[in-house]
Amino acid sequence: KSKEAEIKRINKELANIRSKFKGDKALDGYSKKKYVCKLLFIFLLGHDIDFGHMEAVNLLSSNRYTEKQIGYLFISVLVNSNSELIRLINNAIKNDLASRNPTFMGLALHCIASVGSREMAEAFAGEIPKVLVAGDTMDSVKQSAALCLLRLYRTSPDLVPMGDWTSRVVHLLNDQHLGVVTAATSLITTLAQKNPEEFKTSVSLAVSRLSRIVTSASTDLQDYTYYFVPAPWLSVKLLRLLQCYPPPEDPAVRGRLTECLETILNKAQEPPKSKKVQHSNAKNAVLFEAISLIIHHDSEPNLLVRACNQLGQFLQHRETNLRYLALESMCTLASSEFSHEAVKTHIETVINALKTERDVSVRQRAVDLLYAMCDRSNAPQIVAEMLSYLETADYSIREEIVLKVAILAEKYAVDYTWYVDTILNLIRIAGDYVSEEVWYRVIQIVINRDDVQGYAAKTVFEALQAPACHENLVKVGGYILGEFGNLIAGDPRSSPLIQFHLLHSKFHLCSVPTRALLLSTYIKFVNLFPEVKPTIQDVLRSDSQLRNADVELQQRAVEYLRLSTVASTDILATVLEEMPPFPERESSILAKLKKKKGPGTVTDLEDTKRDRSVDVNGGPEPAPASTSAVSTPSPSADLLGLGAAPTAPAGPPPSSGGSGLLVDVFSDSASVVAPLAPGSEDNFARFVCKNNGVLFENQLLQIGLKSEFRQNLGRMFIFYGNKTSTQFLNFTPTLICSDDLQPNLNLQTKPVDPTVEGGAQVQQVVNIECVSDFAEAPVLNIQFRYGGTFQNVSVQLPITLNKFFQPTEMASQDFFQRWKQLSNPQQEVQNIFKAKHPMDTEVTKAKIIGFGSALLEEVDPNPANFVGAGIIHTKTTQIGCLLRLEPNLQAQMYRLTLRTSKEAVSQRLCELLSAQF
Amino acid sequence: MIKAILIFNNHGKPRLSKFYQPYSEDTQQQIIRETFHLVSKRDENVCNFLEGGLLIGGSDNKLIYRHYATLYFVFCVDSSESELGILDLIQVFVETLDKCFENVCELDLIFHVDKVHNILAEMVMGGMVLETNMNEIVTQIDAQNKLEKSETFIFQSPRQDR
Repeated sequence: KSKEAEIKRINKELANIRSKFKGDKALDGYSKKKYVCKLLFIFLLGHDIDFGHMEAVNLLSSNRYTEKQIGYLFISVLVNSNSELIRLINNAIKNDLASRNPTFMGLALHCIASVGSREMAEAFAGEIPKVLVAGDTMDSVKQSAALCLLRLYRTSPDLVPMGDWTSRVVHLLNDQHLGVVTAATSLITTLAQKNPEEFKTSVSLAVSRLSRIVTSASTDLQDYTYYFVPAPWLSVKLLRLLQCYPPPEDPAVRGRLTECLETILNKAQEPPKSKKVQHSNAKNAVLFEAISLIIHHDSEPNLLVRACNQLGQFLQHRETNLRYLALESMCTLASSEFSHEAVKTHIETVINALKTERDVSVRQRAVDLLYAMCDRSNAPQIVAEMLSYLETADYSIREEIVLKVAILAEKYAVDYTWYVDTILNLIRIAGDYVSEEVWYRVIQIVINRDDVQGYAAKTVFEALQAPACHENLVKVGGYILGEFGNLIAGDPRSSPLIQFHLLHSKFHLCSVPTRALLLSTYIKFVNLFPEVKPTIQDVLRSDSQLRNADVELQQRAVEYLRLSTVASTDILATVLEEMPPFPERESSILAKLKKKKGPGTVTDLEDTKRDRSVDVNGGPEPAPASTSAVSTPSPSADLLGLGAAPTAPAGPPPSSGGSGLLVDVFSDSASVVAPLAPGSEDNFARFVCKNNGVLFENQLLQIGLKSEFRQNLGRMFIFYGNKTSTQFLNFTPTLICSDDLQPNLNLQTKPVDPTVEGGAQVQQVVNIECVSDFAEAPVLNIQFRYGGTFQNVSVQLPITLNKFFQPTEMASQDFFQRWKQLSNPQQEVQNIFKAKHPMDTEVTKAKIIGFGSALLEEVDPNPANFVGAGIIHTKTTQIGCLLRLEPNLQAQMYRLTLRTSKEAVSQRLCELLSAQF
Repeated sequence: MIKAILIFNNHGKPRLSKFYQPYSEDTQQQIIRETFHLVSKRDENVCNFLEGGLLIGGSDNKLIYRHYATLYFVFCVDSSESELGILDLIQVFVETLDKCFENVCELDLIFHVDKVHNILAEMVMGGMVLETNMNEIVTQIDAQNKLEKSETFIFQSPRQDR
């Protein structure tokens, strides 16, 4: 039967039911029930039911059980918690709860538990505890009331008042009826998690109840004995409840509990009373829960070891379910110091499970357990086994295994050559599943440990010999040879030229980011090995690099080529110095695994494995290592923008002398090609603290800027890129200054060629003169024809007052003297505002420098504050400016104070700078 | 707690769905499909537990299921439930259905949606186990049936039966 036919049939039926409901003839009970059932079934199949709700609500007030029941059923299934019918439904429920008819009360309680909305909690959270503890309430209603209250507590804990009833609920643990005890135990467990003090007395009651159950003969509990196991569900619930509390303090209670747990463990060794799987399931459900409690208490070495032995037996059991659960339980057991060694004795069985289990769920648990039982003594074995499993592992769990191997290898590495080998093996076996964090990490570690650098260079060099190697290996290899290739250059088999050719043979097969990384490696080679400089220059000079369609590659090729020709050996050596060690921090891989698995599993391991001396981990901050750390940092820092904190280079910025030289080098190369930085938003504010970047981008057009300012003069290059393959005609950019702006800012430019070819870029130079201080920004309007349509784009041009800043260095004394001189209220402007970006000291410093003022160290008595000073140059006058920025980390706020000799200038600078943080 | 109880046949057609946490109707259908996808590709004789799908809450949740002839019974539970306990609860549920319908089959679930819901309601409430004693459950259901019958005779003329 086709999908269409089904839909057609259902629509017909819906129409029929609708007409029956709408019809004036009253339906009898049976028909109502029949139609409601049909609606339920149609809903189950995934079709919307948009009527019948009102009819269902009417059924609630019927006196007939059949009608009432079907009404409640419809509502439990179909009404969601924010329906506007809730009020009417609540009314009906109220009546039924008051009816004293246990059947009706049961229906009403069920409905509350199903819908469980806040409005219902408001209406009934006070009422239900009374029903629950009233002496005359029937057992079945008590059961329902307990679970109903639990549901309301889950949705709206604030609406369920603790009170006298709590102590009476605890005493339900002594109730005759085991159904009532089961329901009450569930309720108490949840309440006790939030209010442990209030329910403390439940511990001794639960222990004595449990003791009575486990010591009873299998016939004592009649119907609650399930396949010869006395009350298994209740036992499980009681054991869960006890896991909310530490081991009982009262020695009598504690002794009794230990007895219970021992009895449960003993029973596991008895021959089964039935061959049925239900018998073993029920028995083992209790056993596993008892083991959980033993692990939770973690205080009785004797019990822990017995538990471990029991689980060890299950590891070889023929029931897959038991093997699965045993592996899972052992994971938690491995983190107890009493049983860690005992767990380790099962390593061969677990490894065997990894190799032979047919079920991926079980294999995954085996991986988890190996990870949990790993320590220095068995790490080489476990890592080797995991690596060999990885070759055949299911795709769904490969990434996780890769992370785990990477973490274990790092954590337990005594010999870092082993670590390097392991990670390279990981990349070889499962390159696609090696996330960036993993290969960043190996580079961080190699850079931080000089004892392994030579070995790493040699190993990657060998690994790269393979005819087909994974791109991640090319990245690691490129980076490491770029830094430490000189350590193996003495060997004629890995001479500089051979290293270069080896890397370059992979170049064309790689993606853009990898190629960008390799270009950085090449320029590093120019510094390391002057003899290969001409070869590398030839490569950089080739059209495929210099005219590459990708701006990043093009930019790197141009800059590196230029750098290699212009800069002296000294400058090259400074700029291309070996990367400084990375600051110690939490492993980014561990953070990733935590994110993937939820915090629980991983932190357990971290906290409990007590030997963590060797790991490279340190401070708590996250570690966003980034490829931009690879490039020579200074140009990319300029071009990528200071606002982009997350991609900021991971290493410290280079010495300021080097970067100053570089700026000069690159201003020459600007005429060759537009060094546009990636980034696309039309974001005026981003340019306040920087001069280059992409100002605007849409599907047709990209506008890039590069500008420089000196005193009151500036020059801005505007690059218009045609992103399409079609010509732009009548291309006319116009600079518009408002009447207010006109007298204060002089802009001069020449018209550009009115035709822009597809894929081409045209450049316009704007000469800027600041006559007097100004607040507005000029507007750049662009009009052109594309295909048949007229295009019109306007953007604000980021020429702002702060561009005409000259930084002024001064000592603390001078600063405060001038600060006091500018104490006139009109001269000061202050703004208090909330931080829009993470409050990072380094980023803030960079922004203040980018803003144009000098950043004055050791001036403010509070080192957390930032102060700056500078002079705004205009044609007519010079205006001295002082600024002070006080961050408040707790409140995530800043206070910015500007003092200048001119109110309007203070005002404008304050506006501009406030928007940056 | 139990997040959801799903029954579907070997082709993924839902036969019962009961959610104990609010999900939109669309999400409910997607959860059913996702669960079917996860469960149906597993071999027989592998274990009865697996990590839950993303929609229902990812690896914090487990799917515990049994496959009977043409039907899958799947309970989606969080970490506070005992896996083996739930597995036996499925067994109790099926045995109870069997008693109430006398050899239950897929068609019973289709034609008696209401009854299946009622039986389930006697066992699980608001995501927690309410009653595990099969005799008690069957007694309750029998009492309901009696009530229903008596009402049919008192209030309704026999003619409308078709």
